[in-house]
Parts: sequence; C-alpha cells; structure tokens
Amino acid sequence: MSLTKSERTIIMSLWDKVSSQSEAIGTEALERLFLSFPQTKISFPHFDLRPGSAQLRAHGAEVAAALDDAVKNMDNLDSALSSLSDLLAYKLRIDPFNFRLLSHSLQVTLARNLPRDFTAEAQAAWDKFLGRMSDVKTAK
Amino acid sequence: MKENKGPDHQQWGIKGQALKQQHKAASDTFVIDHQQAPRRDTMVHFTPEEKCIISKQWGQVNIDETGGEALGRLLVVYPWTQRFFDNFGNLSSSSAIMGNPKVKAHGKKVLTSFGDAIKNMDNLKGAFAKLSELHCDKLHVDPENFKLLGNVLVIVLAKYFGKEFTPQVQSAWQKLVAGVATALAHKYH
Repeated sequence: MSLTKSERTIIMSLWDKVSSQSEAIGTEALERLFLSFPQTKISFPHFDLRPGSAQLRAHGAEVAAALDDAVKNMDNLDSALSSLSDLLAYKLRIDPFNFRLLSHSLQVTLARNLPRDFTAEAQAAWDKFLGRMSDVKTAK
Repeated sequence: MKENKGPDHQQWGIKGQALKQQHKAASDTFVIDHQQAPRRDTMVHFTPEEKCIISKQWGQVNIDETGGEALGRLLVVYPWTQRFFDNFGNLSSSSAIMGNPKVKAHGKKVLTSFGDAIKNMDNLKGAFAKLSELHCDKLHVDPENFKLLGNVLVIVLAKYFGKEFTPQVQSAWQKLVAGVATALAHKYH
C-alpha cells in the first residue's frame, strides 16, 4: 500500500508548515500518548515522563527527527528507517500496537496545531503514512 | 461464579492480541482502587474533573457539523466502513463524502447519541444497551469500528478546540470514547 503522488504532496506540505517547531510537535505527541494511553509508559521505566521534563523533550526531538527522515524518504521508507526498525523491533521490542497509539497522538497534535490544513484528505494521507512507518518499524 | 471479564474477544471471532490488550489496558486504567490487587473492572470511572471538562466542551460543540465531519472522516480514512452506507449515494471521493447530505445527517444522529453518553457517564453500558443490540443483531458492525470512530471524533474535537484541547482534555475524551466503544460492544454475542 504505497503512497500516491497526491498523498505525498499533502504530507510534505503539512510537515513543511510545522518543521520549524517539529521538536515541540514530537514532544506534544508523546505527552498526549502517555496521558491518554498510560500503558505506553511501560516502555520507558527509566524515563521521567512528566510534561516539561528534559527527557520527554529529548525523546520528542528524536521522534520528530525520525519523522523528518521519513518525510524526506517517503519513496524508500524501508531502508531509511532500517536501523530505527532494528532498534525498536529487536532491541527494545516495542509492542506494535503502541505505534498505532502514537500515530493517533501525532494526528491529534497535527489537527490541533494546523486545524485548517488537517483536512479529511490530509488525515487519510497521514494515517496511511504513519501506518507504513509502523510496519517498517516492526516487521523484518 | 464466573467473573465478568467484559467483552469476549474469542466470541467475536476477532483476531489479534492488540484488541484484547487495548481493552485490558483501557479497563485496567479505570480501576481507581490502588490498595487492592489489580483487577479487571469493566466499568468506566470518570473523575469529577473529567466529567466537568467533557460537559463544558460538549456544550460548545456544534452537533450538526461535528457529527458529519467525524462520520465523513471515518469513511474517508477507513474506506471499508463505507460498506455500512451503501445507500448513501456518492461516496466516490473525499469531497463527495464530506459534502454528502446523508453522511451529515447520519453523523448528526451518531453525535446526538454521544450526547446521551455524556448525560450517562456513570452507566454507559446501560445507556447503550439497545444500540449495542442493534449494531450486533441488525447492522452487523465489527466493534473495532467503534474505536475508529471514537478516535476520529477526538481528532475532530482537537481541530475545533485547538489550544484548549490540551493533553489532559484529550485523555478525558479518550476515556469517554473508549467507554462508549466498550458499551456498544457489550451486548455482542
């Protein structure tokens, strides 16, 4: 299920609008994830995950960087995300369901930051894109 | 005595640890008595703050528009859900769906039901018992779709409320939509 040309355009243009504050976006998405779905905190027993914590911000920045990478390499997600995939699937062994929850949290973050741009079409494109990212991260 | 463990996933024939895990995780979250050993409590408990957040924002929701938008987005983002709306006319594109008057009308109906949930937050299962039977026996809707719609609604609310839709506010709404989804699935057999 690869992305169509128009889906890629939508994704890139939306990400472009937030790229200057991408770390804040990543951090907000994680904050939402941990508050709404507390079971996801299980993967971070050693982190201080309170809103505003340095570790949360740092991890938010990592999420943003991964997204940035993925947006720039939408044609070739498998190889672009290969080492991240190894880390998440094999070292950390994150339950794949958690990526769906993160995808949802990211979409909520995008919707509240860019209400005019996060149309139904944009939501469909991002849902597909983030779903693909999850597939890459958990399947080998 | 058989413990009531909530929705029986085997019975539904739904594959996937994911669903079971999410239900377990969601229902575990709702257990508020930390003194006891963890137990599966299938009733959703809302704090006074959560009830207040939800009621207050609900009062500001435009039921006409929000329902249609949420249902429309469900049909756009998860196209298989269109199978339940064969007689709705033109669903051929995102703009056709979002502008479809039957989608808007039905969306309003669905959201009005949510309003009933908000009046009965302490007894969602009771409030949705009849609707649950309807969705199982007559409409044959896979309960997984209730969660999809719930999450789409959260996204639409985020869009409308913007900054006000803080992570804390979102978590109250997530609890409600999960509770509604569970209640709607409760009478499945």
